[in-house]
Amino acid sequence: MEVAKRADRKVSADTGAESSPRGPVCSLRHFACEQNLLSRPDGSASFLQGDTSVLAGVYGPAEVKVSKEIFNKATLEVILRPKIGLPGVAEKSRERLTRNTCEAVVLGALHPRTSITVVLQVVSDAGSLLACCLNAACMALVDAGVPMRALFCGVSCALDADGNLVLDPTTKQEKEARAVLTFALDSVEQKLLMSTTKGLYSDAELQQCLAAAQAASQHIFRFYRESLQRRYSKS
Amino acid sequence: MKETPLSNCERRFLLRAIEEKKRLDGRQTYDYRNIRISFGTDYGCCIVELGKTRVLGQVSCELVSPKLNRATEGILFFNLELSQMAAPAFEPGRQSDLLVKLNRLLERCLRNSKCIDTESLCVVAGEKVWQIRVDLHLLNHDGNIIDAASIAAIVALCHFRRPDVSVQGEEVTLYTPEERDPVPLSIHHMPICISFAFFQQGTYLLVDPNEREERVMDGLLVIAMNKHREICTIQSSGGIMLLKDQVLRCSKIAGVKVAEITELIQKALENDQKVRKEGGKFGFAESIANQRITAFKMEKASVDTSNIEEKAEEIIAEAEPPPEVVSKPVLWTPGTAQIGDGIENSWGGLEDSEKEEEEGGIDEAVILDDTKMDTGGVSDTGNQALGLMILISFGYFLKGAPIVLSDSEEEEMIILEPDKTPKKIRAQTTSAKEKAPSRSQVKRRRKKRTAN
Repeated sequence: MEVAKRADRKVSADTGAESSPRGPVCSLRHFACEQNLLSRPDGSASFLQGDTSVLAGVYGPAEVKVSKEIFNKATLEVILRPKIGLPGVAEKSRERLTRNTCEAVVLGALHPRTSITVVLQVVSDAGSLLACCLNAACMALVDAGVPMRALFCGVSCALDADGNLVLDPTTKQEKEARAVLTFALDSVEQKLLMSTTKGLYSDAELQQCLAAAQAASQHIFRFYRESLQRRYSKS
Repeated sequence: MKETPLSNCERRFLLRAIEEKKRLDGRQTYDYRNIRISFGTDYGCCIVELGKTRVLGQVSCELVSPKLNRATEGILFFNLELSQMAAPAFEPGRQSDLLVKLNRLLERCLRNSKCIDTESLCVVAGEKVWQIRVDLHLLNHDGNIIDAASIAAIVALCHFRRPDVSVQGEEVTLYTPEERDPVPLSIHHMPICISFAFFQQGTYLLVDPNEREERVMDGLLVIAMNKHREICTIQSSGGIMLLKDQVLRCSKIAGVKVAEITELIQKALENDQKVRKEGGKFGFAESIANQRITAFKMEKASVDTSNIEEKAEEIIAEAEPPPEVVSKPVLWTPGTAQIGDGIENSWGGLEDSEKEEEEGGIDEAVILDDTKMDTGGVSDTGNQALGLMILISFGYFLKGAPIVLSDSEEEEMIILEPDKTPKKIRAQTTSAKEKAPSRSQVKRRRKKRTAN
């Protein structure tokens, strides 16, 4: 109950419009998550980071096509659907990155010869889309009750022309940035599960971004924890 | 994944319930499920929930050249997608019969009823018109997709704003939302599809069937109507014979339902517009019910990044320095360089097949060895394969000069000096000719040239 109260209070406080500029201090946009909102999939979650929103549905462990069957572990499939038009190369690339991240944490060996399908639907894109996809996928996998070694989260960092670091960038910030780095981190040791980068940066900047992402991941994992606590609380 | 088949007892149970005028979700025969409409932050983006059926709609626009036979009309394009998220039986990238049927029905309901003024979408006649694209994604399938999709499509179209354009002479200027407010589409009326399911050869009728009811129904009648009670499309499927008064009764019910839904849509659109005008909070984040225990929100969180620089420095300091790279390649002659020593050749299998040709090859190798002696005396590499040898060419390898990067036994390294060697090689080849090379030798040489 306490958690619920706190959440209510937080919401009553001003959210601040998305367009307002964020201060020099690194911050994450406001987060929201709703689990189990679809009736057909085994697990579903809608994850919002600022105005970026992704809906995820998970089916599994379920029957697998014979051609895709793996005899000693579950076949993991990730499908990402764009909002406008047909999926292209960018979607395929994000699908692959998400799949590789999920494969690293899902205990597929517990369900051999089955399929676990994660379907992601972009609802709105306002920057840090891949990070949001990863977070939505994780929450949906948790909702579906798929056994995992650890939880994971996605964090995007952008480096602007002056070398300033921006966490969870918006589309505008991503466009202006010199480099955009996206990391997937696990919840146990905050170790790196996946990283993808675009643009130019030095090795010192890479380490800085990674350290910042690790700091941000603590917030995201706390968000996961509180949202699950609220969900499974008795009151 | 295949659809789970409905068992006979489930089927019987459903049909018996319908005979007793009962529905599993507690509705009456003519009751519609609850409709909830929420809007995204972008224009033309909405989610429509009809009970548990959920459809995401997004309208986008683009300037294109018009169709040849319709030079002054904009183009409308509808695309309904059955995502695998909606039901496990929907396969991605497959045009199923159901999908084709639904897309066609949507087109008939919205395009052919001329509810959107396509002539107002014309910018320059015959050259530039707006193409309006309506993407609909089914997110959750709990029956009656067509009603939900048609509501989502018309709501998204009403909500959409296209960028303003101005035409001055030949020049077309497109204004960004900051420069000029985007303009809404001109919509004449709002056609909405209403589905009726028939059971037992048309004896029983249900409005807005859910997924279970759809699976046991005999036939389906879809009526698209606007609030002026004008029928836009009517389609009966499933092969049942309907009586005239049955159809008339359905159209009466449809009239009532359409009036209710239109009112709801207008209210939702007004609400959203009011919030936007007042600068309040809008978007999907606001539509999440906060009382639900499955939902959780977190406000903007500032992340302490004060120590990241030290941390990064620490990691870099701790990290082993990268392995020493051979910074100075060995320059044998101008134009060539070597990095590393090279390793033993492991391509054993290939050599056997070449052995027959090898007899004459030795002479050649000797000659080539001589060349090496002349150019820089690198012949001491003996039986080592090229391995990490890198030939850096600075252009102009003379035509006909045998530049061989081969893995055969004898000639491992042939280094050419652009200025001197060609002559020498020519000299050598002439001397080789004097030695009357065997046919196989010539063959070999040709082979190598083509390989290069």
